[in-house]
Amino acid sequence: MDELPIKSGDDVVRVRQQVRTVAAKNGLSLVDQTKLVTAASELARNTLVHGGGGVARVEVVKSLNGRTGGKLHFTDEGPGIADVDLALTDGWTTGGGLGLGLSGTRRLVDEFELNSKPGAGTSVVVVKWSR
Amino acid sequence: MDVDGTRGRMADYLRDHQDKVVGRWSELVVAGGRGRTSVEEVRRELGGLFTLIVRVLSEADEHADGELQAALDELSRGRARDGFTPSETALGVFSLKEAVYELVADSAEMVPEFLALSRMIDDLGLSTFEAYSAAREQIISDQVTTMMELSTPVVRLWEGIIAVPLVGTLDSARTQLVMEKLLDTLVATGADHAVIDITGVATVDTEVAQHLLKTVSAARLLGAECTISGIRPQVAQTIVSLGIDFGDIATKATLADALALALRQAGLKVVQA
Amino acid sequence: MDRVPILKIGPTLFVSIQIDLQDESVILLQEDLADELAATGARGVIIDITAVEIVDSFIGRMLTMIGSISRLFDAETVIVGMRPAVAITLTELGLSMGGVRTALNAEKGLEILNGKT
Repeated sequence: MDELPIKSGDDVVRVRQQVRTVAAKNGLSLVDQTKLVTAASELARNTLVHGGGGVARVEVVKSLNGRTGGKLHFTDEGPGIADVDLALTDGWTTGGGLGLGLSGTRRLVDEFELNSKPGAGTSVVVVKWSR
Repeated sequence: MDVDGTRGRMADYLRDHQDKVVGRWSELVVAGGRGRTSVEEVRRELGGLFTLIVRVLSEADEHADGELQAALDELSRGRARDGFTPSETALGVFSLKEAVYELVADSAEMVPEFLALSRMIDDLGLSTFEAYSAAREQIISDQVTTMMELSTPVVRLWEGIIAVPLVGTLDSARTQLVMEKLLDTLVATGADHAVIDITGVATVDTEVAQHLLKTVSAARLLGAECTISGIRPQVAQTIVSLGIDFGDIATKATLADALALALRQAGLKVVQA
Repeated sequence: MDRVPILKIGPTLFVSIQIDLQDESVILLQEDLADELAATGARGVIIDITAVEIVDSFIGRMLTMIGSISRLFDAETVIVGMRPAVAITLTELGLSMGGVRTALNAEKGLEILNGKT
């Protein structure tokens, strides 16, 4: 498992590169690699911009029936999300701009878990399996 | 597990009568195999299993359970591949009980030991069913993937115009495949018009419509214009009553109509020779 | 900081974006393009993303913003060479790239700019 700090735009690029390496090495198709790396980019940016910086953890996981997958865990100690359900609705965003929120990112991965409370930071875990 | 030593005693008994038991077991399995297996093959296979069973019963080491399970899974997979039913495989495992029973039938004092063996073999026989199921699931899953691949052709109708005739269901897995093939073909042929024909799609509901819209969006990002053809009268009514809106995507009743539209848009005309 | 070079050929500005650009580079590109459009009166912009492996919502927004900026200078923008995997991912993300035309390659992009399509 790799642990990467997210404190700058450079770090977001590094996270993308690390996720791409792991995804490619573990049998994900090109489209699936692209989806996972894009999801990583979205989540890393969120961590940086809305979470005030945080950490990304990248690891390889194995399912019960022998498939391999990439698991990403993003955590920050930022302000947290007040209404998680709202955040996962299409078209929602904070901080201005035309963001797509987390609903789009969720569609890119197979498993998605979001935990956040105002004042208690945010944690997002996603998994994408090889086929 | 072996509180009163019955399993251990059965292990010793089995060890002492190894050749006879394995021999009789093999005979019974071959008899139930209806001529599909040879005695030598079976003896070898069962000999290995027998040794593992004895090791588990004598609780000599902690790896024996895992190894026995692995050997059984291997046996089940092999049998399934060779066309044996799961019952045949399980009965083969159960017949070890018969082989042992024939030997101990006359001695009353082996009853608790035989019961212990019997319970163990019941579990082993049942686990072969589990393994069989899992193996079949995998085969079916692989076949579905192959079928999806084969039933998603992308054809070139004309210079710059390609068609994707969809047949069957359009679920999200199929949609991913269709998008990948369609886009790869757009890049490979340099086409700028794609006709997605849904004549062969049995039901068009909101979900299918969303998949179609997604596919068109993706193709448009590569600069291709799309037409959806094969709208049957009943499908048209369903689409309207469900409130599905195809927006600015052109839709046509037949592939021929869609081709005519694509040719027009490409500035081409078909004239009598 | 890598600055993306802008080529001018006739009335068209060409930009070729290479892999994994820094966010700052993309923002700089917007500024540089605005400067070039103002200075040259170019009528079209072609942005080639053939080499781009990942387009997330940030980059996607930047690209559509470039389209809007160009329109203010009465120029049209065409994004060319999007990879299939990227297109599929953007569609899944729900990013519509509205406001910019897209084409398979630079040649087709030019056809659009020259009014053939």
